[in-house]
Amino acid sequence: MSEIATDLPRQQPASVVTEGGLVRGLLIAVAIVFLALFLVLPLATVFVQAFAKGWDAYLAAFHEADAHAAIRLTLITAAIAVPFNLVFGVVASWAIAKFEFRGKNLLITLIDLPFSVSPVVSGLIYVLVFGSQGLIGPWLIEHDIQIIFAVPGIVLATIFVTFPFVARQLIPLMQEQGTAEEEAALTLGASGWHAFRTVTLPNIRWGLLYSVLLCNARAMGEFGAVSVVSGHIRGLTNTLPLHVEILYNEYNFVASFAVASLLAGLALVTLGLKSLLEWRYAGDIAASGRRH
Amino acid sequence: MASPPLRPRRRFRQPSVIPGFGLTLGYTLTCLSLIVLLPLAALVVRASGLGLSGIWEVATDPRVASALRVSFGISALAALTASLFGFLVAWVLTRYDFPGRRLVDAVVDLPFALPTAVAGIALASLYAPNGLVGEQLAKLGIQAAYTPVGIYIAMVFIGLPFAVRTVQPLIVEIDKEIEEASATLGAGRFHTLTRVVLPPLIPAVLTGFALAFARGVGEYGSIIFIAGNLPYVSEIAPLLIVIKLSEFDYGGACAIATIMLGISFVTLLAINLIQAWSRRRFGYV
Amino acid sequence: MKGSTAIRVENLSKTFDTAAVLHDLSLDVRAGELLALLGPSGSGKTTLLRIIAGLDFPDRGRIVFGAEDATRLPVQQRAVGFVFQHYALFKHMSVADNIAYGLNARKRADRPSKVEIKRRVGDLLDLIKLSGFADRYPSQLSGGQRQRIALARALAVEPRVLLLDEPFGALDAQVRKDLRRWLREIHDRTGQTTIFVTHDQDEALELSDRVAVLSRGRLEQIGTPDEVQEAPVSATVLKFLGDTIEVEAIAQGGQVRVDGRLTPVAAPPGLVGPVKLYARPWQLQFAESHEAHLHGTVRSSYRSQGRQRIEVDRPEGKTVVVEASDTARLPAGRPVGLRILAGHVFAG
Repeated sequence: MSEIATDLPRQQPASVVTEGGLVRGLLIAVAIVFLALFLVLPLATVFVQAFAKGWDAYLAAFHEADAHAAIRLTLITAAIAVPFNLVFGVVASWAIAKFEFRGKNLLITLIDLPFSVSPVVSGLIYVLVFGSQGLIGPWLIEHDIQIIFAVPGIVLATIFVTFPFVARQLIPLMQEQGTAEEEAALTLGASGWHAFRTVTLPNIRWGLLYSVLLCNARAMGEFGAVSVVSGHIRGLTNTLPLHVEILYNEYNFVASFAVASLLAGLALVTLGLKSLLEWRYAGDIAASGRRH
Repeated sequence: MASPPLRPRRRFRQPSVIPGFGLTLGYTLTCLSLIVLLPLAALVVRASGLGLSGIWEVATDPRVASALRVSFGISALAALTASLFGFLVAWVLTRYDFPGRRLVDAVVDLPFALPTAVAGIALASLYAPNGLVGEQLAKLGIQAAYTPVGIYIAMVFIGLPFAVRTVQPLIVEIDKEIEEASATLGAGRFHTLTRVVLPPLIPAVLTGFALAFARGVGEYGSIIFIAGNLPYVSEIAPLLIVIKLSEFDYGGACAIATIMLGISFVTLLAINLIQAWSRRRFGYV
Repeated sequence: MKGSTAIRVENLSKTFDTAAVLHDLSLDVRAGELLALLGPSGSGKTTLLRIIAGLDFPDRGRIVFGAEDATRLPVQQRAVGFVFQHYALFKHMSVADNIAYGLNARKRADRPSKVEIKRRVGDLLDLIKLSGFADRYPSQLSGGQRQRIALARALAVEPRVLLLDEPFGALDAQVRKDLRRWLREIHDRTGQTTIFVTHDQDEALELSDRVAVLSRGRLEQIGTPDEVQEAPVSATVLKFLGDTIEVEAIAQGGQVRVDGRLTPVAAPPGLVGPVKLYARPWQLQFAESHEAHLHGTVRSSYRSQGRQRIEVDRPEGKTVVVEASDTARLPAGRPVGLRILAGHVFAG
């Protein structure tokens, strides 16, 4: 019996540095309810509304020329904007991470700038340059070049809003990795390009993939900036998010949510892949440790 | 050939054996200028054409003033909500283990990934008087959609991930020994949390607040569907820019945009000051 | 009450996940003593310290403070002073606020007045020789200074026992030595019952009144530094306390023979047959072949801390290190004989 007497009850605290079980349960419940209400419910609504009138009504939303045109334009826009920003991001982070020069922090701040500009203002500035009353608008009209209310404007506005994605992910990552490996490659006789391909690129590949994923999601989903420069010409300058808006404003809710469900699906796939990458390659995606 | 005398001088860049500096920096600056700086300069040129008095005139127009008040006021309120709940969510996600934690963690980023227009129509239909949540709120006498309450809800939605993701890494890095030290010195859990754990997190919470606030002020897509866009009541500043543009009132659009940029700039500056202060005080951000 | 039992650890067992870290461990700590818990990593010494502090909880067994069973007493009420290896100072508080923390955390009724707290902080800063640092922040201090602040913070609450977890582990060699001496002085001045954990034998032997040697969750031996060095109870203790050579030997009638030749080492009564003889490098001497217990060839010789050390390869392939005072340099490859002057034997 003496042995039993010295046995301690099982509900002893697991750690002295946590809250009591009741408080813990309560906080977890509040957090989950809050997230469910504010984040998950809207997402679920998209699918519920999209299928409100059944499969046929859902599919009908995609069986029309305007929807096809919107899908095509969204894909084209992303196909230009994402590779552009991919190349820019890699080149910029090479210049910034592998060299020490004055004004570097200012340059990083400027690259980050589009993130702190309202999407509407992002569209506005292109109207101010290329619009009929814009800086070079009259010259463009003279030469019969259409940028605003046309595909080039949409692409430009999309590039603007997704501009920092790749660069801001790669700069800290490459800064953390330093230059020792590249220098080693160079001493072994590799050319700069060869060193980049065989040493740098493999080191940043997961971070690159991660940032491209996020960049693509934003490029396909951008609404505000694109809305300002597009002119909403059905079948010509409507991307998927703009198409969603038009259908919604026409009270064509099922079609609107059906198209929206396509974009929501994209968001879910993006989130899934993103989480997977974070889980598998945490150390290879972002600079670890704290920012100094 | 005599080598030049060595003298300390501040040079533009440190020497390096790694090639490609000129090429990559040149390309970077070219892209940055063409895509970002020149178009933004166009706005500055246009706004300076109006002059301070011109901008002031637009800002004091009752409809514009009301839109700015709506955007900034509600965004501040929403950012406050997002910061509070964001902190709670970040704490729960890092400190407690429960089934589905990874999934909940992934869900936090939903507003980053979901296109704003999609979020907008979803929120609108959810909070409409006949919507799932709107119906319940209506019973309590609250109309959410097509009122400032709707704007608030949308702004909390898009601001939340900023609040969570800014404090989360710092909560992860809290040294458990600090909390143990506090406990061995006789402090209860509440005392430990309020005196030892929370104070170093305040700069991060403020930063998250500022980010959520700036995002809320500029947000367009997720708000316009739920806001109702009633002038003087639930009309946000970005929408007014769009309206001015559609009326070909470029000057008015520029003036509002400039005011918004100015305030975003001040917010960013505030974030930098908070972080600089935090670095000085605690030796980390 | 010096010398009476301050803390009694009774039959402590603890398992993390599936790995047992403490096995039925019992130990008495005397009031006013400086006790070292010495052991390799994984020996359970830090877990034992944390259980005494109330930061971890045993699966079985009791912790008794004086006459009070403290096993289930929350850490806040144990009145222990704990010093962490990495200081665990509160970065956002000044040095003075750090030291005063435990006093300020008390309930209003038990809390000393502001003036009294200020005075005590001042006294403690004098004690740790950091007067004038009251308004600094931890980030402005060196590692050694931070650890002194951490100690003052722990002393401020007038703990029943001071617990130090590898207190010098994060410091460089020179600071470590200075702080060791300084801790001993503080202890002599305050007479505070103190337990500290270390994996460094020199630290334990130099600093403590008694040493408890832990191995794989069990207490191997507890005693004064002299006792554990001169009369180790097991090969584990002996090996952990310093470099040893291990030799096969035969015990019979209280005598020990190596290679058929008698050694001056005495076997404990009852130990008969094949045994292991352990000797320190300085308990060997070069000898003529007919007097030698061991034979081998010189591999190399070098100077270490002012003494000549010679590595000798033995025919079975083992290498032994001998510390010689007669410093004639021996060339590599020279055959030598070694004579055992002293040592300990334990059952093989």
